[in-house]
Amino acid sequence: MSTSRRLFLTGTAGAAATLALAACGGGDSEEPEVAEVDASEFPEGSTMAALAEAGSITIGTKFDQPLFGQAGPDGDPAGFDVEIGKIIAGALGIAADDIEWVETVSANREPFIENGNVDIVVATYTINDERKEVVDFAGPYYVAGQALMVAADNEDITGEDSLDGKTVASVEGSTPAQYMLDNHPEAELQTFDTYSNCVTALTNGQVDAVTTDNVILAGFVAADEENLKLVNDGETFTEEPYGIGLALGDDEFRTFINDTLQAAYDDGTWAAAWEETAGVVLPTPEPPEIDRY
Amino acid sequence: MGSLLAERDMLWDAFTTTLTLAAISGLIALVVGTIVAGMRVSPYVPLRTLATVYTEFLRNTPLTIVFFFYVFVTPSMGFTFDYKVAAIIALSCYTSAFVAEAVRSGINSVSLGQAEAARSLGMSFFQNLTIVVLPQAFRTAIPPLINVFIALVKNTSVAGAFSVFELFAMSRRMTNVYSGDVLGILAGVALCYLIVCIPLGQVAGHLERKVAFAR
Repeated sequence: MSTSRRLFLTGTAGAAATLALAACGGGDSEEPEVAEVDASEFPEGSTMAALAEAGSITIGTKFDQPLFGQAGPDGDPAGFDVEIGKIIAGALGIAADDIEWVETVSANREPFIENGNVDIVVATYTINDERKEVVDFAGPYYVAGQALMVAADNEDITGEDSLDGKTVASVEGSTPAQYMLDNHPEAELQTFDTYSNCVTALTNGQVDAVTTDNVILAGFVAADEENLKLVNDGETFTEEPYGIGLALGDDEFRTFINDTLQAAYDDGTWAAAWEETAGVVLPTPEPPEIDRY
Repeated sequence: MGSLLAERDMLWDAFTTTLTLAAISGLIALVVGTIVAGMRVSPYVPLRTLATVYTEFLRNTPLTIVFFFYVFVTPSMGFTFDYKVAAIIALSCYTSAFVAEAVRSGINSVSLGQAEAARSLGMSFFQNLTIVVLPQAFRTAIPPLINVFIALVKNTSVAGAFSVFELFAMSRRMTNVYSGDVLGILAGVALCYLIVCIPLGQVAGHLERKVAFAR
């Protein structure tokens, strides 16, 4: 009994170590530069001064979004959103280790910003007018778009206009799901709580397609290329500008984040962050123009 | 909460779905749970073992996994249910385990003399159970049973994660469209659950008084 238990324990430790190593493969090896920042450089009373003074920042991101924000076995998320968060923290003089990551899901992003649970949200967060009434957005730092994913052997579905009478899965309460309801009532929408459940339904043959942002679908295709594919190589039919959410009316902080993003576009940090994460599956796009509204 | 009023058709639709799920699953769970409780006190060992395994397995498994099983696993084995039917099956199975335990606690509260007297009159186990023991058992089982049903009403929200458009799924759709009114929408949805659950508690109180007996 004791021998087998010991063997079991060794096995688990080994597996955990392997997983941890795999998780380190992405961004952890090369952290973005942390600027030498003195809190007094920032205007007194500004959010930047307060954060730089505290030496830490709380960032909300997704923990279940492959390529953008996905928590590893150690609980720390990795992905493009996480790298963007590190770039902004770095500009405030905050090291990656001093960032507190908080999981934000689609439904709680606005309340978390409004209540101050997080300082900023970088969580595949689409900028739209409805949301702008309660929070402010810096960026966009990437423009995603809605695409379709089908089984690898599916030839019927060639784009959003070939969905008549087909069943399409998406996550309840997401913008892509709402797009289907508004623009394709002839397709039957089935909604689940997570994208992984949508993918299970697709691989089971219970739905014909899964729809959401191209980057999310790309993560699933990368994980299972044998059974899944993007329709028309990930052709997008909407524009989803991903922004960084922050408290409404904090214009100083918004300008600071926008400037930081612009600097990251110009010196190649942004492109490097992309190539390390989402760039593994998707081609590197041109940086989008920042919307300083 | 204004946005909920603006979408009252959708709200009504979701509300009735929640009610239907709870009512049908509750009824099935009551019947199945009572049978399982009966099996658990039966003199036949295989029946007793089967009932014990059923109860322990279902009440110790997270509800989402039970849902996952009926929504995704059985279809891959060739049994595909409509999502609503799958939800009702999952909720019924899960709740019946708790019903069984509540009823069993009621059965245990009936004094042994009752069952012995019935047996000495020549009643079979089935007659003994249905005519003598269960009617008395249900009286004491009412408060825990109502607890189980209130939990069931709230558990229907898990169905929202598996393609059934009930109150919780509706709240997720609404919070996306009206992201400025998240608190209002969630408060409205909570109110809908209260509208169902509070009367359930009232019914329990009424039933208890009605069937009260002196011991």
